[in-house]
Amino acid sequence: MGRQLLSILLLAPLAAILVSLASRRARIAEYATVAAAIIDLAVSIPLLLRTLSGSLIFAHGYVLLDAFGVWVILCVSIVYALSSIYAVGYMRLLNEEERLPTFYALFSGFALTMLLACVMNNAGVFWIAIELTTLVSTFLVGFEREAESTEAAWKYIVVVSGGISLALLGTVLFYWGSSFVLGPSYAMTWAALRQSAPQVYPPLLLVSFLLVLVGYGTKAGLAPMHTWLPDAHSESPAPVSAMLSGALLNASMLGIARFLGVVTGTSVSRFAHAAVVGFGIFSFVLAILFIVRQTGIKRLMAYSSVEHIGVQALGLGFGGPLGMAGALYHMLNHSLNKSLMFYGAGNAMRAYRSKEIKSIRHVLKVFPVSGILWLLGAVGIAGAPPFALFLSEFTVLRAGIGGSYRWVVIVFVIFLIIVFIGFLSHFRAMYFDEAPEGEIVPLPFTAWRTLPMWLAFLPLLVLGLWWPHGLWNIFHQVFLSVMGGGQ
Amino acid sequence: MFLAHINSLQASIFSSLAILSLLLTFVMLGSHWLKNYVYAFAAQSWLIAALSASVGYFSGYRELYAIAVLTALFRGLVLPWLLMRIVSRLNVKREIHSVLQSSSSLVIGACVVMFAFVIANHMSRQQQGAAHVVILALTIMLSMKFLGFLMLSVRDEAVSQILALLVLENGIFLGSQILVPGMPLLIEIVILFDLLIVVACFGMLVRFLVVHAGTTSSRELNRLVG
Repeated sequence: MGRQLLSILLLAPLAAILVSLASRRARIAEYATVAAAIIDLAVSIPLLLRTLSGSLIFAHGYVLLDAFGVWVILCVSIVYALSSIYAVGYMRLLNEEERLPTFYALFSGFALTMLLACVMNNAGVFWIAIELTTLVSTFLVGFEREAESTEAAWKYIVVVSGGISLALLGTVLFYWGSSFVLGPSYAMTWAALRQSAPQVYPPLLLVSFLLVLVGYGTKAGLAPMHTWLPDAHSESPAPVSAMLSGALLNASMLGIARFLGVVTGTSVSRFAHAAVVGFGIFSFVLAILFIVRQTGIKRLMAYSSVEHIGVQALGLGFGGPLGMAGALYHMLNHSLNKSLMFYGAGNAMRAYRSKEIKSIRHVLKVFPVSGILWLLGAVGIAGAPPFALFLSEFTVLRAGIGGSYRWVVIVFVIFLIIVFIGFLSHFRAMYFDEAPEGEIVPLPFTAWRTLPMWLAFLPLLVLGLWWPHGLWNIFHQVFLSVMGGGQ
Repeated sequence: MFLAHINSLQASIFSSLAILSLLLTFVMLGSHWLKNYVYAFAAQSWLIAALSASVGYFSGYRELYAIAVLTALFRGLVLPWLLMRIVSRLNVKREIHSVLQSSSSLVIGACVVMFAFVIANHMSRQQQGAAHVVILALTIMLSMKFLGFLMLSVRDEAVSQILALLVLENGIFLGSQILVPGMPLLIEIVILFDLLIVVACFGMLVRFLVVHAGTTSSRELNRLVG
């Protein structure tokens, strides 16, 4: 059954691409994309349940379906589904009718490459899949074809290609190191790498891991390699920003976590975990400093992504079942919450015709319903209860407090408070400050733009109040299979 | 491990090809003319193809011949041709605003190679016979990486940046031919193909840059900050 589900998962976006390109009609492309995305979401849940009874390997060992990969697939398909619904409402505002089929083809292509990356069992092929996500999404980032978005697309592809080439070097060095154990020719599967890692010369193993960490860290937006992220996330159309932030960063974190799993249990494990914690806390702190002084609304959301990817890295780095659970739960919650935030920001940008926070005022007058959702989403993303990010951040905190990273945890807590104040003060200004002169014309209401906000908000609230017990089992199983149960 | 039984003739062939590739990177680093970059890159790719072929001949990995042919074809002919098209379309003949003078970037480049050597020396623990080839391969792999990043940071022109990224990849490719000749064929072919797509995407993007941003110099791409 796993094979059929996987085929549906990958064929649905492929069909959407073909339909969009063949029909050249904007309406058909829209509906095909929404249909494909909903099919993917519907398939990913039984797929997750299927992997709980054991991992599956297909295609001569090149494809691996395990709980971790499918968890990321679930996050990607949630964002794909919500964003494609939102895109229908949002992209019609841009007056680019004739280019919309291309947009939707690229959009589904982007989702397809991310889904592919999640099921790759071979470190080399995984690298290629991640590289493909960059190439496809570059044209989505530059879609609006203004000077800013073209600049953002250029910076995105140059910085990320440079960074990801470090990951390739690291992958080759991993292959070389393991070739002393497994012989000169072998399939570079995650399992083979993990099995041979304890016998690899430790300095070589460490250098390989650090290269991979910096490489995929660039793609995941870990500071100080995050420089492309605020530009790309702020200049792309809002549904694409949500995909970049809620889906792509997770797919890159998957790579980091898999390689961390490879070195876990070897003599360099401690140092590797410390490096991940280091990048995590640095991203967290740096992003918050930029959040406090931010002037652009989508750049604010982009830096918030850097912050939350830092939290995920902290969870992975702290390690243990609790750290893993925190990181994975955070991944899902951040995907939901950040999508909600980008949709709200997209609406506001279109209504106020500005990207600046200072020209967005009295949001509730312009958006009586979706404005409330956006505000509650902001409370959630700042890490306050009763929303889900509070639970996952708290879990990461618990994972860290017992171990040897006490100082990191203290910094983490202090900056959590700062971001709460800093992030929400921007929202206070946007909702309650005096408005400048001039009348704002509200956008015409459409369910396409409001429905995805509800669909993102309700699970956030539910997951914040109730952590389903089944999720613990999934997280624990991922921990056992990826980290081998080691610290 | 074929490197463990390498004789001195093979060692010197591999070393000289690798060192020549490194020298060509310095040619790219020292020159201001965009055309020279492309020629140096093409020559470097041919050297790497020759290296693949000779490793294939001595080690018995016959599939490396296929890699050699594809490398010469893709990296040695198609990519330089694509790049030349971009250069001639852009009407930019040379780097004008480089952050560093050529001479100072050469000096920094030399320091970077020494740094790469120090790291390489720590990373390998080979038996006597093969040690110097392995360390040389690692050194050149890492130093081409560093030199590529150096070029990326001191050059402004879009084409120079594409070339710098290609140098990053060439370094990995060169090192992997010597260190891991047994790496599965599929991956190497896909990476070669991937490179082609990368350059095609860059080509399209350069065109967008000219039309929408009005410049191909990264120095003038400064709207997005903070």
